[in-house]
Amino acid sequence: MEQRENEITAKVTVPETATGRRPGSKTGSTVFDLEKVSVYYGAFRAVTEVSMAIHENEITAFIGPSGCGKTTVLRSLNRMNDLIPGARVEGKLRYRGAGLYDVQASPTAVRRRIGMVFQKANPFPKSIYDNIAYGPRINGIRGKSRLDEIVETSLRQAALWDEVKDRLSKSGLGLSGGQAQRLCIARTLAVEPDVVLMDEPCSALDPIATGRIEDLMQEIKSKYTIVIVTHNMQQATRVSDRTAFFSVLRNEQPGRSDTRTGVLVEYDRTASIFDNPKDERTQAYVTGRVG
Amino acid sequence: MATSSVNAGVPDLREPAGWRRAKNQIMTGLMGLAFLIILVPLVLVIYLVIQKGSAAISLNFLTKPIPPNVFPLSYPNSGMGPAIVGTLEITGFAALMAIPLGVLGAVYINEYGGRSVLSKVISFMSDVMTGVPSVVMGLFIYTVWVLHFGYSGLAGSFALACLMLPIVIRSTFEMLRLVPDSLRQGSYALGATKSRVTLTVVIPAAVGGIVSGCLLAVARAAGETAPLLFTILTVETTNTNLFSGANTALSAQIFANATSPYAGAEARAWGAALTLIVIAFILMVVARIITARFTRYSR
Repeated sequence: MEQRENEITAKVTVPETATGRRPGSKTGSTVFDLEKVSVYYGAFRAVTEVSMAIHENEITAFIGPSGCGKTTVLRSLNRMNDLIPGARVEGKLRYRGAGLYDVQASPTAVRRRIGMVFQKANPFPKSIYDNIAYGPRINGIRGKSRLDEIVETSLRQAALWDEVKDRLSKSGLGLSGGQAQRLCIARTLAVEPDVVLMDEPCSALDPIATGRIEDLMQEIKSKYTIVIVTHNMQQATRVSDRTAFFSVLRNEQPGRSDTRTGVLVEYDRTASIFDNPKDERTQAYVTGRVG
Repeated sequence: MATSSVNAGVPDLREPAGWRRAKNQIMTGLMGLAFLIILVPLVLVIYLVIQKGSAAISLNFLTKPIPPNVFPLSYPNSGMGPAIVGTLEITGFAALMAIPLGVLGAVYINEYGGRSVLSKVISFMSDVMTGVPSVVMGLFIYTVWVLHFGYSGLAGSFALACLMLPIVIRSTFEMLRLVPDSLRQGSYALGATKSRVTLTVVIPAAVGGIVSGCLLAVARAAGETAPLLFTILTVETTNTNLFSGANTALSAQIFANATSPYAGAEARAWGAALTLIVIAFILMVVARIITARFTRYSR
């Protein structure tokens, strides 16, 4: 961990400037620094001019109604949007000072540091062991004993080890929904990422499985930076340190294709967002009047 | 009707009376009938081939040379050996050419080509090729190859490969398309490159279906006759050299023997037909075993 930190700082090329102006940049070192980030799908501007800073070893929650662009912003943080034809990002998006969308930045290298857990658990049709070992293997780790160690550590971190240790050679598809999602988390942790992005990881799970994953997030928080998209406001209050509220802005100009776009309304400590929101749209959403 | 009206208060959960219920019964009856009709050709073909062909099968038949048509089936040291050798080498080499090319083509169309013009052209052309009659494929190879280099097993392999290629492309493409995008995304999110994603996630997830499709193409090609008539010439002797000289194959021998008026030749044709069906059957069993082996984690 320590060693990797140094390696990353060594790569910092753009000095952090003016982060103080952006919301939520008071404490902790900044992992992501977004400055007027807009995301387009073809001609459609899905998200407009989001500026925010995401901090190390914190859990940041993105909340907001459907179509507000929270998942789009999340997916732009590890360049998963690159996989969608026609998607592009404008504005400055820096990861620990390095431009995520610089010409030299490779999406592969980005995603090795910034992992992602999806809404629907997507274990590979391979054994549980091979699911976890997949990431380390593509990073060139071959030794059996080393892989065994990684598999066990990752599964323990994801609180899944005790449930699956006797059936590591069984298919990953045979797990229950909650187990499968924890397998996907373990798979992500196995490559020792710096950041874990989670796109509504609990939306398909029952409250018990959700509780397990939330506990797990608290446990791994000291080692990772987590960004989570959630539709569940209680979940945001339970797990997150900061919350960003996104909303849909309607553009009534006739003849325009981008009649609606996602914007960041408010970003602050979670307690402030829910107890003392500054924007009335946030207030309306968190009190359940809209959304 | 009577029962439902007697039990007043108990809801009648049957299909509503009248035309709708009658229609249901008619359609169910028609489907049962269709099933029985389908059984007729399927069962008759297999029954007839086994009945007429099993008499011919013996170790001699499978290994010994083909005698002149006038000789009876009981003629010593005669059989269909050269045709079996020919079928195996011609179809085998055709598979060797068509399967890698077809699978790679399908991978390109589905994983790399996207909406590019080239991928659309390949996809369209392979669909068109599926519809080209096999005899035209034989004529094509006859014109571009046989006229310049003469009859050979290789020419037959080319013709069969041309027939297999679109089937392999189409079936592989359909299998790759069934692989959920979430698997690709999961792999990308771990920092995999596109080639990694394709090789370690997409193809393994689809491999069962790909193998089935490929072996189906092989079995289909093994039974093709028309394109071989132009390309291998059909001789009676064993030719283990695929690359030069006229060759022979089971399907071509079935055609040559069955159209001759002699009882011995006719019996040999049935024997060859049964051999061909057994080869296809073995291929199918192998396909099932391989599919089961590769998809053991898919459940």
